[in-house]
Amino acid sequence: MKLTLRVWRQPSPQVKGKMANYHLTDVSEDMSFLEMLDVLNEQLILDGEDPIAFDHDCREGICGSCGLMINGIAHGPEQTTTCQLHMRSFSDGDTIDIEPWRSGGFPVVKDLVVDRSAFDRIISAGGFISAPTGTAPDAHANPVPKVDADAAFDAATCIGCGACVAACPNGSAMLFTAAKVTHLGLLPQGQPERDSRVVKMVAQQDAEDFGGCTNIGECSAVCPKGISMETISRLNHDLLGALRANAVPTS
Amino acid sequence: MATVTTQQAGQSAGANPGPKRQPNTGRFGSSVFKKAVMAVTGIIFVLYLIAHMVGNLKAFAGAETFNSYSEFLRELGEPILPRLTVLTIIRIVLLVAVAAHIWAAFSLWKQAKRARPIAYQTKKRVQQSYASRTMRWGGVILILFIIWHILDLTLGAVNPAGRDSLPYGRLVEGFQNPVVTIWYAVALIALGMHIRHGVWSATQTLGHSNKRRERALNVFATAFAVVLIGGYLLIPFSVLFGIID
Ligand code: HEM
Ligand code: SF4
Ligand code: FES
Repeated sequence: MKLTLRVWRQPSPQVKGKMANYHLTDVSEDMSFLEMLDVLNEQLILDGEDPIAFDHDCREGICGSCGLMINGIAHGPEQTTTCQLHMRSFSDGDTIDIEPWRSGGFPVVKDLVVDRSAFDRIISAGGFISAPTGTAPDAHANPVPKVDADAAFDAATCIGCGACVAACPNGSAMLFTAAKVTHLGLLPQGQPERDSRVVKMVAQQDAEDFGGCTNIGECSAVCPKGISMETISRLNHDLLGALRANAVPTS
Repeated sequence: MATVTTQQAGQSAGANPGPKRQPNTGRFGSSVFKKAVMAVTGIIFVLYLIAHMVGNLKAFAGAETFNSYSEFLRELGEPILPRLTVLTIIRIVLLVAVAAHIWAAFSLWKQAKRARPIAYQTKKRVQQSYASRTMRWGGVILILFIIWHILDLTLGAVNPAGRDSLPYGRLVEGFQNPVVTIWYAVALIALGMHIRHGVWSATQTLGHSNKRRERALNVFATAFAVVLIGGYLLIPFSVLFGIID
């Protein structure tokens, strides 16, 4: 099929970017979206032009690096990652707009690549447990109710892609932070740091120029892992509990 | 989870060397605390609005009942408390709640603007409701409406019946003008949407929503808003169509 692509081109963070038009013919509907971009890049290289920078790694929907705003929807028309999106979701003659994630917390590095290290800093603020290392503890030592285990596991499927931030009208990272707070907060190993974790992670998130949540729900609707709005309620519950308990984070 | 830390020649780190501000782990600093302020003050408004709507329905019982209800509000607590005490306390609570609600709203509004410094060229809505999207500008309309409404029906300053009228007289003379009735209707529908999203959002913010409750909660929020606003709309339209005169 034939496609017209409008792609955000920005040589560096300092330079203002703009949309550029490209025409592609002979796109197979079995290609993934990233393969389609590969074909375009090969064409650009042959023409002596600068290929489009875009982020990708696993190409199997688990690393979360391939975030693109496709026709105004994070990861495009299917609720999946861009690498798992196929060209059969588009029709011959379509014009496709491709932009990077837009967020104060995710500055553009080049073209479609944004720097998501703000997410790493939210994790380092509290998205961990402090456990002594050594031999693995007995599997029966810490019984976990099945419902909690399931909910924790669902939350833990978050791949940190940033689609939630990209889609949110407030540019909030709440769904990501909430997924991380939830998957540890529901397990016995996460209890000792539960109060300080939520306070620190939310504080880091606010400091990174992400917005506040107004429970609009765009995040969950585009999340490739279907992280639920329930996690946000759980984060709020934990945070208000921590404030009531007067949990002052240590260092 | 993998994250880009693209390193290019002549560029020491990625585009994002770190946050521009220090994380604020203080009690009142977090966006979630501000949301909780909005939720709690919102609940105060909702309780007030229920009482106010039910009180307004006394207009159907005629001028005397309505005016004496207005007088009753002023005498509430008498003779234990002096006249106007309870009403004044209610007014102060509402004023403080309004101030806190607006403070939190503008603070979060500012944060949201920082969070998307460059707008998308193309952005589609996937599931967001009209109500959720209009909370901020809708809220601005509501505060303007409330100021007008107090000048109109409480003080009579902008009411055709004038300052020295009785509440029932203000009500009837005001809403006989279709323009006034339409303006109230528009503002009330805006209020209904604000409440519809607000009820759901407050439940989330206070940490009492979950996957199982989500649907029921949203249905309840819509039903509640429709009943409340329906109750309010009855009065102005009844006046306009001569059912109340
Ligand atoms: C069409 C619907 C409404 C009618 C007919 C109505 C009627 C009235 C009347 C007659 C008063 C004066 C009471 C008195 O003097 O004793 C009043 C006061 C007031 N109303 Fe409404 N109202 C309506 C909607 C609303 C809404 C939607 C809000 C808030 C969002 C609201 C907030 C207030 C406030 C804050 C006062 C002042 C109370 C005070 O200072 O004592 N009203 N209303
Ligand atoms: S919550 Fe979903 S959309 Fe957000 S970062 Fe995690 S996987 Fe991506
Ligand atoms: S490239 Fe890893 S999730 Fe798409």
